[in-house]
Amino acid sequence: MSVLAVIEHDRGAMTSASLGVMTAARNLAKQMNTKFEAVTIGANADRLSETISNFGATTVHQAHNSMLVDYGPEAWGESLAQVVRKSSPQVVIGTGTERGHEIVAQAAARLDLPAAMNCIEFDKDFNGTQPLKVTRTRWGGSLLEQAAIDAPIKLVTLANHVVEPQEELAASPATVSPIEVQLDESVAQSFVQDRVERVAGVTLATSPVVVSGGRGVGSAEAFAPLEELAALLKGVVGCSRAVTNNGWRNHTDQVGQTGTRIAPDIYIACGISGAIQHWVGAMASKNILAINTDAQANIVTKAGYAVIGDLHKVVPAISAEIRRRQAK
Amino acid sequence: MNILVCVKRVPAPGARINITNDGQQVDTAFLGFTVSPHEECAVEQAVQLIEKHGGDVTVLTLGPIEAEEQLRTAVSTGATKAVLVPIDTTDWDPQKTAEAIAKVVAELETANGKYDLVLFGNESADSCGYQVGIRTALKLGRPIVNGAKGLEIEDTVAKIRRESDAGVEIYKLTMPACVGVKEGINLPRYPTMKGRLASKKVAVAQSKVDANSGGLKLITLQRPPERVSNTVILGNGPEAAPAVVDLLEELGVFK
Repeated sequence: MSVLAVIEHDRGAMTSASLGVMTAARNLAKQMNTKFEAVTIGANADRLSETISNFGATTVHQAHNSMLVDYGPEAWGESLAQVVRKSSPQVVIGTGTERGHEIVAQAAARLDLPAAMNCIEFDKDFNGTQPLKVTRTRWGGSLLEQAAIDAPIKLVTLANHVVEPQEELAASPATVSPIEVQLDESVAQSFVQDRVERVAGVTLATSPVVVSGGRGVGSAEAFAPLEELAALLKGVVGCSRAVTNNGWRNHTDQVGQTGTRIAPDIYIACGISGAIQHWVGAMASKNILAINTDAQANIVTKAGYAVIGDLHKVVPAISAEIRRRQAK
Repeated sequence: MNILVCVKRVPAPGARINITNDGQQVDTAFLGFTVSPHEECAVEQAVQLIEKHGGDVTVLTLGPIEAEEQLRTAVSTGATKAVLVPIDTTDWDPQKTAEAIAKVVAELETANGKYDLVLFGNESADSCGYQVGIRTALKLGRPIVNGAKGLEIEDTVAKIRRESDAGVEIYKLTMPACVGVKEGINLPRYPTMKGRLASKKVAVAQSKVDANSGGLKLITLQRPPERVSNTVILGNGPEAAPAVVDLLEELGVFK
């Protein structure tokens, strides 16, 4: 009996999402008066047991198989399924990331169990015996669903950034429990075969300043003043889905539910109305400045700051003002 | 090539999503409907693949009878065949959906031969379950990789490109295989005149199946707490520029 945290890692390096998952698993285990355990997949993650110990796990299940070198969704899902069968947890919590959803869905399919993704809250009265009530996000976070997981083992993923990671040492270090998982040819082909490492640099997801344009920009060429302002602010340019759909910019620049979720220090939204699918990608920004001709636009009413006016005139004026002050 | 694309009919919401009084679904009284974005791209990718390699693209949806509209939309952008799996609600739970789709795929394959590729959206725009494709693939006994931002065919191998924090990952699956596609893999085309005509003429096959309910049960939908912002209007038009730069300085953007 336990709450099992599924540790996400990339070739032995733990991802930050795993820290929130361990914290959530420990809190839920306390509430249920049961143990908090964790699972790592692949021998290259064995060294993570110290970090896991620091979060208070009593046992780390280490899934081993010579195939488990790089990531492979089916092999990882099958490994998790076998650890779940062996350790019989009451709840399994994975990361709310592309890999996390994929591993938990794979394991759920193999165990023929339900799974609820992107949970933000668990029933405070849950003690392990009844169906688990969860609150999970739909529509990329613009709608919440209360759902019940009615199954002997509850599989979930925790929405990213919902639980603040907190270490908490257990009385003794975690017991390491290696398990040699059985993997056959059926899961062998979906491993990563090749990769291109990202060149270090500021990306849309990490830039502290994002200058974004929407339908109101009007054309691909009309993004030039936004590029200029972004450069002056050492930021990057983003856009809404209307822009990518019109072919004005590449999808890699798209902020939103089906694009990139961002959390910059300041988000400057130019000519963007703020449809819900865009808003969920931008709402984590610390400050939002909307530049829009429509004072009633959704983004203007939700932003902390706004300039009412034509972006084609306002944006160059801001750049000019920055250059004027820099020249002093 | 023979490609099957599973799509979902979803509402096209604007600035806010309203919920019906019983809390069981999105209030769609004033909303249009669309193909869920990831699946729209899956259809486009399939059409591009048959344009290059020849073959057929079948679109399949499990949904209310009205979802025929989304199948016809897919045909207007290049899909060649359409199959509706009618249900009497808007949605089935993920386990039930996957079981039903796998049954229908098996039926279709008995009649027409195996699909080289079965494509899904990475997750549906509305329920965001991230699992129907994976569950279906396992029932079909085929490999699946999600998150595809690139999909090419080399002989009998589907080559998948996927983005991660560390860079780009390449996966290779021997067909028949399944792939979960993500928006950004391509830019879906608009319907052509020829496509519109085809979409009116295409016979939408119906395949009614039943399946067992899964263990995930909707209790109620609710809207997250509204973010209330007392927006500070910095000014009107270009004259607001100094106030904007003052704000940027205050926020420490230039440090």
